[in-house]
Amino acid sequence: MRPAKWHTALTLKRRNGSLFERLAMLLLLAGLSVMILLPLFSLFSKAVTNKQGEYNGLDNFIDYFSTPALLNSLQHTVYVSLLTAVLSVFLGFLFAYALTRTNIPGKMFFKTVSLLMLFAPTMMVGIGLTYLFGNQGLITTGFFDALPLHWDIGLYGPTGIVIAEVLYTFPQACLILVVSLSFSDFNLYEAAKTMGAGKGRIFLTVTIPSVKYGLISSFFVCFTLAFTDFGAPQVVGGGYNVLATEIYKQVIGQQNMGMGATVGIILTLPAILAFIVDRFVTSRQHAVSARAVPYRITANRKRDGVFLSLCLIMAGMILLLIGTVFAASVIKIWPYNLAFSLKHYDFSKVAGGSLQPFWTSLRMSAWTALIGTVVTFVGAYLIEKTKTFPVLRQAGYFLSILPLALPGIVLGLSYIFFFNKESNPMHGIYGTIWILVLANIAHFYSVAFVTATSALKKLDREIETASDSLGVPRYKTLLRVTIPLCLPAVLEMAMYFFINSMVTVSAVMFLYAADLKLASVSIVNMEDAGDIAPAAAMSALIVLTNIGIRLLYEAITHQIKKRTHAWQTREH
Amino acid sequence: MPQSYLSIEGIRKSFGSFTALEPIHIEIPRNEFVCLLGPSGCGKTTLLRMIAGLETPDIGRMLVEGRDITSLPSAKRNVGFMFQSYALFPNLTVAQNVAYGLREKKMSKPQIQSKVEEVLNMVDLLSSAKKYPAQLSGGQQQRVALARAIALSPDFLLLDEPLSALDAKVREKLRLEIRRLHEQLGMTTIMVTHDQEEALTMADTVVVMNNAKVIQSGMPEDIYERPNSRFVADFIGAVNFLEASDGREALAIRPEHVRISPIHEPGSYEARIESLEFRGSFYRVTMLVQGPSSRYFPNGIMADVNRSIVKQYQLEKNRRVYVQLPEEHLIHFGPTRPERLEVVG
Repeated sequence: MRPAKWHTALTLKRRNGSLFERLAMLLLLAGLSVMILLPLFSLFSKAVTNKQGEYNGLDNFIDYFSTPALLNSLQHTVYVSLLTAVLSVFLGFLFAYALTRTNIPGKMFFKTVSLLMLFAPTMMVGIGLTYLFGNQGLITTGFFDALPLHWDIGLYGPTGIVIAEVLYTFPQACLILVVSLSFSDFNLYEAAKTMGAGKGRIFLTVTIPSVKYGLISSFFVCFTLAFTDFGAPQVVGGGYNVLATEIYKQVIGQQNMGMGATVGIILTLPAILAFIVDRFVTSRQHAVSARAVPYRITANRKRDGVFLSLCLIMAGMILLLIGTVFAASVIKIWPYNLAFSLKHYDFSKVAGGSLQPFWTSLRMSAWTALIGTVVTFVGAYLIEKTKTFPVLRQAGYFLSILPLALPGIVLGLSYIFFFNKESNPMHGIYGTIWILVLANIAHFYSVAFVTATSALKKLDREIETASDSLGVPRYKTLLRVTIPLCLPAVLEMAMYFFINSMVTVSAVMFLYAADLKLASVSIVNMEDAGDIAPAAAMSALIVLTNIGIRLLYEAITHQIKKRTHAWQTREH
Repeated sequence: MPQSYLSIEGIRKSFGSFTALEPIHIEIPRNEFVCLLGPSGCGKTTLLRMIAGLETPDIGRMLVEGRDITSLPSAKRNVGFMFQSYALFPNLTVAQNVAYGLREKKMSKPQIQSKVEEVLNMVDLLSSAKKYPAQLSGGQQQRVALARAIALSPDFLLLDEPLSALDAKVREKLRLEIRRLHEQLGMTTIMVTHDQEEALTMADTVVVMNNAKVIQSGMPEDIYERPNSRFVADFIGAVNFLEASDGREALAIRPEHVRISPIHEPGSYEARIESLEFRGSFYRVTMLVQGPSSRYFPNGIMADVNRSIVKQYQLEKNRRVYVQLPEEHLIHFGPTRPERLEVVG
């Protein structure tokens, strides 16, 4: 018999996967640490230093909570976020209910329209609102005095922010609730009916409990998005301070990095809470039983009528908003000369400078999509499918979903603190496009990671072991079987990275170099300088690009579905 | 005892605090068809996966012809493994699935092709070579998995619950097919199952496992006729247990060995028929023993009775009968011979 020690060593080696897998795992963890953990650490240490860079404990926090102006921004943010979350979940629920539980016509159309908002930067929502409800707005002036009715809603301030945030977050709530409402057991409805429950009671005792977790989850998602958003308050906030604009002021305006970091940490708190709630909800949300019967929509004209008008109003609002921005971008001088003109698409005379930011955004988004998809997929594969060190895998999983809790603005701030240090060996990427790509990958890592993980989970657990038993190296099986099977998810990840990199402003606004201005950032600058029409034009370009990418994605996915039809259909 | 081909020496495995296998010793001769039989969670699949090299034992070792293979990776063990889920690659055709492992060997394209055809022919699926797994029925997929497992001409064919997902008719056909392939190719086959009928009909040797331990191993007839424990007797086939009276060991008897008579004979117990259950070629008669002897049979007693006898004796519910337990068919657990049963009343 072999000496026991030698044997244990061998056992350990086999149990922890191949050398290659272990190296890849360590590399992944190192990468995730550089991308997420270390910058966060810099942020925390910055929050406990003063302007001179000396350690000052919790002074910044004490300062923050004793300065009325600063504390105000927190109260403001909580107020608008709460209002946004309540309204978004309410409207999202109605919209989702209409899509899943009624017989209204044009469901595809409504779904598409609600998704349109995901293709737009949040500044665009603000710009659209300005054109509709601002001082020179279409509705404020009664269609430029064509109508006797003038309606000034007092856009700038909390009203504008809440409307903008609702339009921005409502599609997210809708997406979550459509999924929740789709998983239901019709048996429960029939059981309730046979026991004589009325419609109201069935709604309260069957429908609501079955979407309880979806409601909680969408509430927190909407709250966090509104809480951390920079674009909309920047455009329609007026003098109404919120945390995100406060950070911007502290860091860019007053160069007070310590206070910026402090506000950043406060900004992260609800996101962390949302993160914990989401984890809790996910663990509770067990699958519907295998015997569940899908919901059967009964005929009810009155109900359909009510919901159809509701959907028409909401879709009309979204289309009106986007349409206004597009229209404004091709109108000579709003509202005085309504002639068609493409002059706003010539950015050479405005704060943005040229079309260069748009090309930079495209380049950055393409790199983010490419590198982000590869890294995320490999990361998910290593964590989901290998047996490499369980402890490291756990740590890897945690780091992979951690970015969900990090607002873009906080991530961007952490990146300045971390990469701007001369002592950092990666200091070289500061001021290049690569720090933008890295920040975006980190910012959008979690959702892509979850997409990859759930695609991998759907595969047979034994694919890797089957490959082992057939004597085929695992990387070959990864390339020949696993990746082809996950191709739809891979494309979805790439599209997600691309579209979000195009619209994001929060993470990148601290990080871009003067010669590497981005489209979304130039919108903020132009709008700030009063060049609203060019800002609208740039927004329109971003939306059109994203729609184009989405259509490309649909086309490729369609092709793949056709080609792989034979793998999927069961004839028996 | 034939010479041992695969020796499993003191293999133990635990997952966290859960012990999947107590130290286990098994000797398996070459070309044997062995069934690992037991309830779910008894450790049989863990043992099979360890033989395949898909799990690593905590302690102990495995030898093939005296050669230690304990730390040999799966790829070098020359085993064909068939997974319970089949684990067919859904994006590859039947032929590509079968050729998957062959492509790693130093084989030319035509060699691979002819090998694929040969094994697909063996499982009667040559005509489906270009189809994808999802286009096949469950039984066909199972045969593809089998073809893929034997394509590399393995020394060992390892089957993890190969028939559990199939309906009864297909299952019966595939039992014969697997047995035929085993004999034709001269492999050593080890199959995991929880179905005692499958184990009894297919195996040369049955290894009964429970709670991470081997309880008994032997030829199917031996295991059935002479189970060494209440667990084995109960797990394999139907059985009547006789509760031990003071100082006596527990006994058991299979229902087909219980004799029923309408008249009292020496050594028989008086009983009343509780129910008759039609089972096709026979009836299963459940009875309650009357009088003081009933304490031996707290759960009553079952007998499998031919239809003709049921007719002849006009057996029906509540009918009084006399039951005999022939001594030669009494199963006793343990080393000592049982004393004669004392008939009371």
